[in-house]
Amino acid sequence: MELFFSQILDGLSIASVLLLAATGLAIVFGLMGVINLAHGEFLMLGAYVTYVVQSAFKPMGGLIFELYFPISLVLSFVVTALIGVLLERTLIRQLYGRPLETLLATWGVSLILIQWIRSVSTAMMLGILIAVAVGFIISKLLASRFSEKPFFTYLNGLGWAISIGVGLIAINVLDDIQPISRAWFGPRNIDVTAPKWLQGSWGMIGKIELPGLRIFIILLSALLLLATYWFLNKSVWGLRIRAVTQNRQMSNCLGIPTDRVDSITFGIGSGLAGVAGCAITLLGSVGPNLGAAYIVSCFMVIVLGGVGNLLGTVLAALLLGIIQSVIGSGTLLTIFPDMPAAAKGVVEFFATTSMSLVLVFIFIIVFLQFRPNGMFPQKGRSVDA
Amino acid sequence: MKLFQRLVPWILLAIALFILPAALDDFRLNLFGRYFALAITALAIDLIWGYTGLLSLGQGIFFSLGGYAVAMYLMLNTKSLAGGNGIPKFFENYGVEQLPFFWQPFWSPVFTLIAIWAIPAVVAGVVGWLIFRNRIKGVYFSIITQAALMVFFHFFNGQQKLFDGTNGLKTSTSELFGELVGSPDMQAWFYRLTVVLLPLTFLVCRYFTSGRFGDALIAIRDDESRLRFAGFNPVPFKTIVFLVAGALCGISGALYTVQSGIVSPQYMSISFSIEMVIWVAVGGRGTLVGPIIGATVVNYLRSLVSEALPEAWLFVQGALFIFVVVLMPDGIYGWITKGGFRTFLAAFGIAKKAKTYPQLDKEAIPVD
Repeated sequence: MELFFSQILDGLSIASVLLLAATGLAIVFGLMGVINLAHGEFLMLGAYVTYVVQSAFKPMGGLIFELYFPISLVLSFVVTALIGVLLERTLIRQLYGRPLETLLATWGVSLILIQWIRSVSTAMMLGILIAVAVGFIISKLLASRFSEKPFFTYLNGLGWAISIGVGLIAINVLDDIQPISRAWFGPRNIDVTAPKWLQGSWGMIGKIELPGLRIFIILLSALLLLATYWFLNKSVWGLRIRAVTQNRQMSNCLGIPTDRVDSITFGIGSGLAGVAGCAITLLGSVGPNLGAAYIVSCFMVIVLGGVGNLLGTVLAALLLGIIQSVIGSGTLLTIFPDMPAAAKGVVEFFATTSMSLVLVFIFIIVFLQFRPNGMFPQKGRSVDA
Repeated sequence: MKLFQRLVPWILLAIALFILPAALDDFRLNLFGRYFALAITALAIDLIWGYTGLLSLGQGIFFSLGGYAVAMYLMLNTKSLAGGNGIPKFFENYGVEQLPFFWQPFWSPVFTLIAIWAIPAVVAGVVGWLIFRNRIKGVYFSIITQAALMVFFHFFNGQQKLFDGTNGLKTSTSELFGELVGSPDMQAWFYRLTVVLLPLTFLVCRYFTSGRFGDALIAIRDDESRLRFAGFNPVPFKTIVFLVAGALCGISGALYTVQSGIVSPQYMSISFSIEMVIWVAVGGRGTLVGPIIGATVVNYLRSLVSEALPEAWLFVQGALFIFVVVLMPDGIYGWITKGGFRTFLAAFGIAKKAKTYPQLDKEAIPVD
């Protein structure tokens, strides 16, 4: 029985990470109808921010090093939130009302982010900066001359193409200089060591040991969930967000700055993903492909829980995380050693991580046959029939 | 001019059949064979996305099912690949003595030829019916198909005893009609087969998108609720078109497998299935010529970029996704046929502007 509980605890901690990630996704999807396939990459960015902070704190050692984790939690939220806002302002904004298009565009973003993490180096960053600078200068120059002409947009595009070319040349040239051409992270996985106060056990309840890491992750996600709940339900911006979720046009008419609401929502959603990424570093090594492992599960949580409902997201994430962990680890076999042979065969068949995913997804598809809109469907006339 | 337009498809076909094989070396020809095989998948996706508005992110399932079907047949019927008990060697690695039951029918070439399209069609029909029946649509449909893809991926990836897991099934070393499938001669024949099947697929798609059935598909894309209120049940239409697309993907997967020499669970990766969508988007969705152009152009670009700078391909691909979606939603073909190209020329004063009334720059807009 102890084993069972510790497995549940394991499942809870996985579920909490999933919950953090899925909450961000659910808010964004509920508010803007935007399917953000780059959400998994925000997780990855959060994890890498943690890694950077840790590397920066390492030389100091001792007590200060132990404090790196809270700082990286905050920083990973801030950095990913800022990147999210940037993404919303530049790209997502162009695609409102076209959810399938946002899906494709954000997939493009996720590809770029993955490759960027793999191959980013100082030389590359300099090249990108040069390209952006040249691009802005060219487009300013062109705007002062030709802004009235009908071919201005095409000329502007050509200008940006040239600036990208300049950037590529710059990267090529700078790549020959040894110290700045080294990749920051490289394609390999990175490891973050958890601070000492998180390792080991945090005491016992009965005979069950409480592993510090897992308890910390569960507490963290519970806290953040409460904060999100408070923000959405008690703060002014939360009120605005909820209003826009319910009826965008009417909110706009009543003077709610919907575009700023969108930016803030997207920023918070991305920031939550960043924190989730920070928590993931505690569970194991992380790599550029981290996002792909989580994104589908996150979407499943949303589909299962219903859109625009925090409670649904919570329940769905807990359910998925625990089922996956309990079945995937084969704990059922050890708890019930004398089950009939047929059932045993089935359980054994699904007792790997990937096969438990198969089972969970099949379960969801079956579930949707009975409740097509998830556990807590949205009600009302504004819902698309 | 009219005559020329009617001749264009035949000229293109002749070029693909006779001039390309003469002009390109074996390796390049094989690559083009693969592009054309992928173009069949692109056509299938256009059928369900461009015409019916169902963005499936799971076409890789059907693609690989077709590929696995043909690979299983080739593995079974090659003596050199057989181990001790006459079954493919890789089974020995996992201690499997007996051929799994579902491998049995693949001894027969006739069954395989049917299975290549029938198995994906049945799977697509069942999955599609289960989803459409519940009125799951839009992004939910995309997400569910992606989840289904993950189910199949993990299943094929994890079951080494049944499908050799991650390694996949290698077809290049197997034999067909007593000749190595990987040999240049065989590959040339596969190329010709692909070139013949691609126009046939085109005709199939044209059959489905024209007439009353095609109108229903477009109605589903543009306003499904209205179609339903008009007294039509969209479920059979959607199921049938999804089933047809699945079958086409299966054929395409089989052709691709024999030309690339391997089928592996990687064909069911999430990224590959989304990539398929971008071929259609780049070429021009909602047209039947566009996907063929898109699949060929994007994959050719991929070969070029990957050969020169392997690291850059993901950047290029990502940029392509964003560029096409934001700036060129009609794709290359749509851009030319829907007046984008004309506007472009007009902006530089090369072509005349399209007439609008009232002409904004010349006549004053009447104010009353």
